[in-house]
Amino acid sequence: MNRVLVVAPRRPGQVAVLGVVLTWLAIILVIPLGALTFTVVARPGDTIRTLLTPDALFALGQSITIAAIALVVNGVLGVVGALVLVRQRFRGRRVLDALVDMPLALSPVMTGLAFLLLFGRNGILGPTLEALDVRIAFAFPSLLIATLFVSLPFTVREVALVLEELGTSEEESAATLGASSLQTFFLVTMPNIRNGLSLGATLTVARALGEFGAVLVVGGAIAGATQTATTYIYVAMEERQVAGAYGMAMILATAAAGLLVLLQKRRREV
Amino acid sequence: MGIRVSHLAKSFGAVKVVDDVSFEVRPGELVALLGPSGGGKSTILRIIAGLEPADRGEVWLDGARVDHVHARDRQVGFVFQHYALFRHMTVAQNVAFGLRVQGVSRDRQAKRVADLLGLMGLRGLDDRYPSQLSGGQRQRVALARALAPEPKLLLLDEPFGAVDAKVREELRRWLRRLHDEVHTTSIFVTHDQEEAFAVSDRMMIIRQGQLEQAGSPLDILDHPATEFVARFVGDVNVLDGVMDRGRARMGPLAVDVDGPCDGSPVRVVIRGYDLAFWRDDEAGVARVSRVIPLGDRMRVEAVLDGGTLIFGQFPRHSSQLVGVQAGSRIAIRVKHARAWPLAADTADSAAVGA
Amino acid sequence: MSIAAAGIDERVAAAPAPLVRPKAHGETLIRAVFVTYVAILVVVPIAALMWEGLSGGPSVIWTAIRAPVAVHALMLSLGTSAIAGVLNGVFGTMIAWVLVRYEVPGKRLISALVDLPFAIPTLVAGILLVALYGPQTWVGRTLGAAGISVAYARPGIVLALLFVTLPFVVRAVEPVLLELDAAEEEAAMMLGAGPLRTLVSIVLPPLVPAIAAGSLQVFSRSIAEFGSIAAVSGNIPFRTLTAPVQILGDVEGGDPSSAAALSLVLLAVALVLQPLAIALSRATGARRE
Repeated sequence: MNRVLVVAPRRPGQVAVLGVVLTWLAIILVIPLGALTFTVVARPGDTIRTLLTPDALFALGQSITIAAIALVVNGVLGVVGALVLVRQRFRGRRVLDALVDMPLALSPVMTGLAFLLLFGRNGILGPTLEALDVRIAFAFPSLLIATLFVSLPFTVREVALVLEELGTSEEESAATLGASSLQTFFLVTMPNIRNGLSLGATLTVARALGEFGAVLVVGGAIAGATQTATTYIYVAMEERQVAGAYGMAMILATAAAGLLVLLQKRRREV
Repeated sequence: MGIRVSHLAKSFGAVKVVDDVSFEVRPGELVALLGPSGGGKSTILRIIAGLEPADRGEVWLDGARVDHVHARDRQVGFVFQHYALFRHMTVAQNVAFGLRVQGVSRDRQAKRVADLLGLMGLRGLDDRYPSQLSGGQRQRVALARALAPEPKLLLLDEPFGAVDAKVREELRRWLRRLHDEVHTTSIFVTHDQEEAFAVSDRMMIIRQGQLEQAGSPLDILDHPATEFVARFVGDVNVLDGVMDRGRARMGPLAVDVDGPCDGSPVRVVIRGYDLAFWRDDEAGVARVSRVIPLGDRMRVEAVLDGGTLIFGQFPRHSSQLVGVQAGSRIAIRVKHARAWPLAADTADSAAVGA
Repeated sequence: MSIAAAGIDERVAAAPAPLVRPKAHGETLIRAVFVTYVAILVVVPIAALMWEGLSGGPSVIWTAIRAPVAVHALMLSLGTSAIAGVLNGVFGTMIAWVLVRYEVPGKRLISALVDLPFAIPTLVAGILLVALYGPQTWVGRTLGAAGISVAYARPGIVLALLFVTLPFVVRAVEPVLLELDAAEEEAAMMLGAGPLRTLVSIVLPPLVPAIAAGSLQVFSRSIAEFGSIAAVSGNIPFRTLTAPVQILGDVEGGDPSSAAALSLVLLAVALVLQPLAIALSRATGARRE
C-alpha cells in the first residue's frame, strides 16, 4: 500500500551521496579484491603449480567434503528446527531459540577452544576417547563437528522466517482435506519453504567453507590430515608460500562469487 | 481562492491519463471530482497541488499562474487517501507541523492546534500516536493538519475511501459542516456518487481523463449531458429500443423522449424512480423476480417478456405495490427517460442497473 | 436419558477429549531430535568452556584478564569494533539509501557487493588486504613512505572489520526504508517543508532504531572477528593483537584456562549486548501500524 519515493539522483547532494557510496565500496571491497586477482593473475604458473600439490588438493577436497556434509545435516535439521521453533509451543522454546543463535555470538577461536576442552587429550572426554581409540581432536571428526556448530543457525533462521510469514492456513486446509502430517509437510509446507531453504543452504555452505578459527584450533592444520582450504592458506602465509596462499584464496573467493550469484537470485525470489 | 485549470493533459507512458481537461472553481466552493476509478481524477488533483507536473496546460490559483511554483510554496492543503500522518509524531505534533515549518511561535502553534482539535472533535487526543487512533480519527487529524497553516485551497484525494460505511457518513457530515464554517475553497476526489451528491456544491464528472459534465448535483441528475453521465449517476435501467413517432419503443414499453429521427436505434436510460409498476394478472408485461426492502425504499426487480431485466424503485409503503410480490405479473409505465443514439460501443452493455 | 442408556454416539460425545492427538507423536519426535542435536552440538561445548573458565575460581579469571597483554587486546578489540560500528553505521545507511531510493544502473551489482562479505571467508578478506597493502606491494610501499602503515598495523584491523561487517547496517536499514510511505514525505512538502527538513523530521526518525540495531550488530561481530585480523594484523602483542587472537595464543601456548577465562569475558560481553540488540530491533517495528 505504500509507495517509496525513488528518484534518479540529479541534485548535487544526491550525486554526492552516490559518489561517496561508490567510493566507499571501492575502497573497502572492490580494490582489495582487485589486488588479489591482479597478483594471482600476474603469476599464473607459480599459483597453479603450488595448487596442484597433494597437500593443497587435499585441503581443498577436505573443505568441500565438510561443506557438503554440513549442508545436508544442517539443511535437514535446519528445517526440522524451524518447524519446531515456529509451529510448536513448549516450555523452554525461548531457550532453544537463543541456543540456536549462540554460534553467531561466539568468536571462532572460542568455539575451537570449547571443542578442544571436550575432545583434547587433557579434555573432559579425552581419556574416554583414548581408551576407545577414537581420535576426534586433531582429526577429521573435530573439523566436521566444529563446522556443524558454526553453520547451525543459518538454515534454521531462514526457514523459520519463511514459516512465520506463511502462517498455518495452508497446512490447516490440508488437514481438513484429510492429509496426514507427513503428506502435509511434503506436499504443502516443503514447496512453500523452498526459497528460504535455498537461501539458508547457500549461507550454510558459505559459512562452512569459510570456517577458519575453530578448525585451526581444533584440527591443528596438519598438512595432509586436518588442513582445510582456509587453514592451508594460513599455514602457507606463515611459511611465506605466498603463491600458494594467494592461489587458494583466489579459489575460495571465486567460490564465494558463485555463492553470491546464488544468494542474489534467492534474495530476489524470497 | 479561485482555481482555473486550462487544457490540462498528462500521459504516463502511452496512456493518456488526463486528456484536455478545463474547468473553474469559484472561491469558497466545495467541488467534487467524480468518476470511475482510474479515470484520472487523482492525477488532476495532484497536478493542481504541484505533486505531478502536467505535460500540457495551465493551472491558475487566484488569478496567478502556478505551473512553475513548487508544491510546498502553493499554500495548498492536501489530504491523502490513506492519511499519510507522520507515524512517529503525536497528533499535536502532526497538526502543528505546517506551522512549525512556517516558524510560528510555540504559543501560537499550541493555540492553533487546540482550536483545530476542538473544531474536529479530537480534544484530548493531543499526545496519541496515529497507530492508536481509529480510522475516522486519523482522517480528522489529517484534515486538521492540512487546515492548520490556513491554506487558500484544500484538496482531498478520496478522503473517506479507507474507512467503514458508517464512519464515512459521519466524516462526510464533518466535511460539509467544516466547509460551511471555514469556507476554504475545496476540491475532493471520489468515485462514490452518494458522497459527491451529499457533500458538494458542484460536481465534475471525469471519465478516462476527460471532463464529461460539470454542474450542480441536480443538474447532473436531471439533465445529464452524455449517456455515460446518465448511466453513471444514480441507479438506472438501460434498454435498447427504436424511435417511433417521437417516442422510444423498447419491446412493450414506450416513452416520450428527445431523441433522433424515427427509425433510429437508441439506448434509453430510465431511473428506477421514473417507472410505475402495478399488478396486472392479465395484461402484464413482466414477471417480478425479487422484491428487496432497502430501508425507506423498495426495489422491485422484474423480467420483461422477452428476457430483459428491469427494476423500479419506490417508497416503502407505496400504494402501487399492493399485491406485488415475487412471481406476480406487472404492468409498467415509463414516466420519464433520456435517450441517445445507439453507439457501436462494445464496452457498454444493455444491462439493467448501474 | 442417562449416559448408560444412551447409544454409542452419545457416549463418545460425552467422554472427555483424548489428551494426546495422534498427530502430536510426530511433533514430539522431531522436537526430541532437534533438542538432542542442539544439546549435544551447542550446549555441551559451551558448558565445557564455562566449566574450564570458571573452574579455577574467580581469581584465575581475574589474573588472566588483568594481564597487560590481555587488557590491551581487549581494549583494542573494543576500540576497533566501536570505530567499525560508527563508520559502517554511517556508510551502511548511505548504501541502503542508494539501494532503495535511487534509480541508478548497476544497483544489482551494488547489492551483490554488499552481500560479498557474507559469502567470502573472513581469512580470505584479510588476505585481500595483505595483497593490497602488504609492505611488498606498490600501495603498501607508497603509503609506508608517507608514514602510514595499513597492513600489520591498526588501520588494517579497522579495514578488515569494515569489510567483514559491511552488510549488517545495510540489511538492517533497507527494510525500514522500504516501509516509508512517499505520501508522508509529500504531506510534509505540502505543509511547506524543504527537502532537508523532510529528511530530518520525517525520514530519519524511523531509521534511527534500525541504524542503531545494525551498528550494534557490527560491534558485536567485530569483537568476535578472528580470521581477517589474523591475516592482516600481524598479531603483534600490544600493537595489533586483539582479544580473539590472544585467546588463540593462550591455546597454542598451552594455557587453556587463561584462554577460557578471556573467552568468558567475550561471551559475557556478547550476552549483554544480545538483549540490547533485541530491544532495538523491536523498536524498529514499534511505531508502525
